[in-house]
Amino acid sequence: MKCFILSLTIATALTAAPAIVIQNATVLTVTKGAYIGSVVIRDGKIAGVGEKVTIPPGAQIVDGSGKFVMPGIIDCHSHIAADSINEGAVSVSSMVGIEDVLNPEDIAIYRALAGGVTTANILHGSANSIGGKCTVIKLRWGKDAHDIIFEGALPGIKFALGENPKRAGNANGIQQTANLRYPATRMGVEDVIREAFTDAKAYQQEWQDYNAKAATGVVAMPPRRDLKLDPLVEVLEGKRLVHAHCYRQDEILMLLRVADEFNFKIRTLQHVLEGYKVAKEIAAHGAGASTFSDWWDYKVEAADAIPYNAALMMRKGILVSLNSDSAELMRHLNDEAAKTIKYGGLTETEALSTITINPAKQLMIDNRVGSIEVGKDADLAIFDRHPLSNYAKVEKVFIDGQLYFDREKDLSERPGKEQEKKSLIEKEKEQMKKAGPGSRRPT
Amino acid sequence: MKTLAFVLIAAAPLLVGADDSFMIRGAVVHPVSSPAIENGSILVRDGKIVGVGKNLSVPKGVRVIEAKGMHVYPGMIDSATEMGLSEISAVRETVDTGELGKFNPQLRAEIAINPASEHIPVTRANGITTVISLPMGAGGEMRIMRNGGGSIITGQAALVHLDGWTWEDMDVKSDAGMAMRFPTILSASRRSADLPASMRGPNFEEAKKNYETQIRELKDFFEEARRYQKAKASGVPINPDLKFEAMLPVLEGKVPLLAVTSKERAIRDAVKFAEEEKVKLVIANPRELGAMGPELKAKNIPVILGPTLSEPQKADDPYDAAYTLPEEFYKAGVKFAFGSFDNQFSRDLPYQAATAVAFGLPYDEALKAITLNPAEIWGVADRIGSIEEGKWADLMMTDGDPLETKTQVKQLFIKGKAVDLDNKQHKLYEKYLSRP
Repeated sequence: MKCFILSLTIATALTAAPAIVIQNATVLTVTKGAYIGSVVIRDGKIAGVGEKVTIPPGAQIVDGSGKFVMPGIIDCHSHIAADSINEGAVSVSSMVGIEDVLNPEDIAIYRALAGGVTTANILHGSANSIGGKCTVIKLRWGKDAHDIIFEGALPGIKFALGENPKRAGNANGIQQTANLRYPATRMGVEDVIREAFTDAKAYQQEWQDYNAKAATGVVAMPPRRDLKLDPLVEVLEGKRLVHAHCYRQDEILMLLRVADEFNFKIRTLQHVLEGYKVAKEIAAHGAGASTFSDWWDYKVEAADAIPYNAALMMRKGILVSLNSDSAELMRHLNDEAAKTIKYGGLTETEALSTITINPAKQLMIDNRVGSIEVGKDADLAIFDRHPLSNYAKVEKVFIDGQLYFDREKDLSERPGKEQEKKSLIEKEKEQMKKAGPGSRRPT
Repeated sequence: MKTLAFVLIAAAPLLVGADDSFMIRGAVVHPVSSPAIENGSILVRDGKIVGVGKNLSVPKGVRVIEAKGMHVYPGMIDSATEMGLSEISAVRETVDTGELGKFNPQLRAEIAINPASEHIPVTRANGITTVISLPMGAGGEMRIMRNGGGSIITGQAALVHLDGWTWEDMDVKSDAGMAMRFPTILSASRRSADLPASMRGPNFEEAKKNYETQIRELKDFFEEARRYQKAKASGVPINPDLKFEAMLPVLEGKVPLLAVTSKERAIRDAVKFAEEEKVKLVIANPRELGAMGPELKAKNIPVILGPTLSEPQKADDPYDAAYTLPEEFYKAGVKFAFGSFDNQFSRDLPYQAATAVAFGLPYDEALKAITLNPAEIWGVADRIGSIEEGKWADLMMTDGDPLETKTQVKQLFIKGKAVDLDNKQHKLYEKYLSRP
């Protein structure tokens, strides 16, 4: 079976798929302005852009008249496509990772695709000061758990500050557990992170010493592999990106200072609803900010959240993205981006950058995705109107030059699928009849 | 355009607290009840609209608000919020949406509305002038499922203006509807099978039994209320009962039951129940229509549609099931209004309507569903919901289509009074924008 698939892959590679040309569309490149013209897709990449392009022989033409093409949307904070989110029993859960529980059959993937999303950062939950490892995926609906992973993207790790990680330490907390878990305060959260990195530094040193000895030919005992500290060493070495859930300005500043102390970088501050209060400090550290458009007041630490946050942080020099943290919101991040124009006066291009090139930069995949430029992956969303209009609908979505969502096809297949569902239900009823009275629906 | 906006802003402080008689001139007026008027005027006297049209002459002494390039719409109405009843949803002490006990028709939402809630200025800054505030919560979904209980009748929904020193100032209609969660078969989802037994919901058989018990209790309650009504009408001296007293306007058909239901089966149950009990009904937050369209239409039962931007109910539903639901209700000929069923997102009500337009609902119907339709459904169309002579001057002035996010609300009037569009969020923005 494996051999068969392999040979199929080779066959497709040899008979390269025909080029695709999207013509006469308004192309919103995000990084290089907008134009009315074409986008040429070849071998999964953007091969040509411009008002006039040479059409490769045999190319498939997509009429884009009246349509808008933008880079596939990137969501820097999502929990779809994962079978579990929070390993909440310990305060440092860096030994676990989302990659091990990816579920490529989660219907939320298809629904997000239908909202123009092509890439998402799948994060561990926020139950721990230092949470689990995170994975960037492409929404290649229909592919297996391995093939949805964004190949080459740096892995991440989730940190969490404030109310969520201290909840399990609070007897009156939502989880009301008999086994209280340290920390119960923001002070404790800082301590957990500092303790963990103190350990990680020592562990890193042990390995460095061992490697130095080994390099000179001295026989030495290697240190014991520590699965919890390995990812933290990767953070120290810049090989793993820190995505830190945070709300209040005090905790944001605390984390930046702890990172400075241990000499590593916070790649993104997630939610960061009070980021606008410490924008200067965030910009100085070089952390990106990935926030909500207009969520507020659902908990105390969100009381001072303002919809101007994204715009204000951008004006103060921070790399800002908008994220969803929700399978629902993920389906209309373009609507969310429009709110940055309303609240804080971003330009249309700046607004679009918060859901395309900026999250791509935050995830360090901007050499591959996030804008419409020659050489980048052909991850594109075609809308029937300007994507910042509330009346816009996604019509087609390409990932790696392949059509993964087509509204027309979706609509035309509905009657057939309805029929298939009916016949499956009938079949189940038949089987239950055959199985005789007392038989139950399988659970 | 820029200059004009500047002039308007500069003029704004003078308007606040000024008298409630003025003329808006030169705007595109969208009365909703009739076609838009280019270069139109609106004359307001003592908080009421006394003239709408082209070329109205300015009565002596009436100040004029020049609004060239602006659009004027009726203030928007959100038909389901917990405005003023819940501040920070995660903090129990700030939440007054769910009382103990199954039948609480005597509870009045209006008297628990905090006029100083931060949600109020934030919401109205986007053009929402009026909301239904109703007690929706019942002390946590889990608890309801475990006990098979929870509140059935949750209290009187109030229609209030988003302006006023006190809740009395805010009042539009204190008993707009009798809020209830119509009993439904609430069984545990498959996902909860992983949870410890104490946190798991009931299985289907248990849930069905709970539902049947609740329906029986609901019928009994109405039966008792009817007997109370009869006894009272007969003139026999009886001890007053506040719960049954509160039910009288419902039984008399003066106040509709506002029944929160999600599935077709619950809608059918609620319609049947309302018919048997001969009471008026408004369906709230349905997530599907099913085959109920013709019946809702024939019986003139209006509907409050919940967030259009929602996920489909079932994994195999079309991805746009929630987006196309308003169009489905429209095609069925059912009258509906939109409700956010929320506080923090109430300001996004017009975008709920816009998504419905993107997926098939005619634009005019979407606009009606946040203005005139709710006014009619709540029985206050003689006062609000459109720009017509005789109605209160609840007016929103914008620089474009209010259903588009980019559009800014420039001025807002409630009962002819210019309302402050500033709020906590904007103040924080200004403060930190100028942080050195």
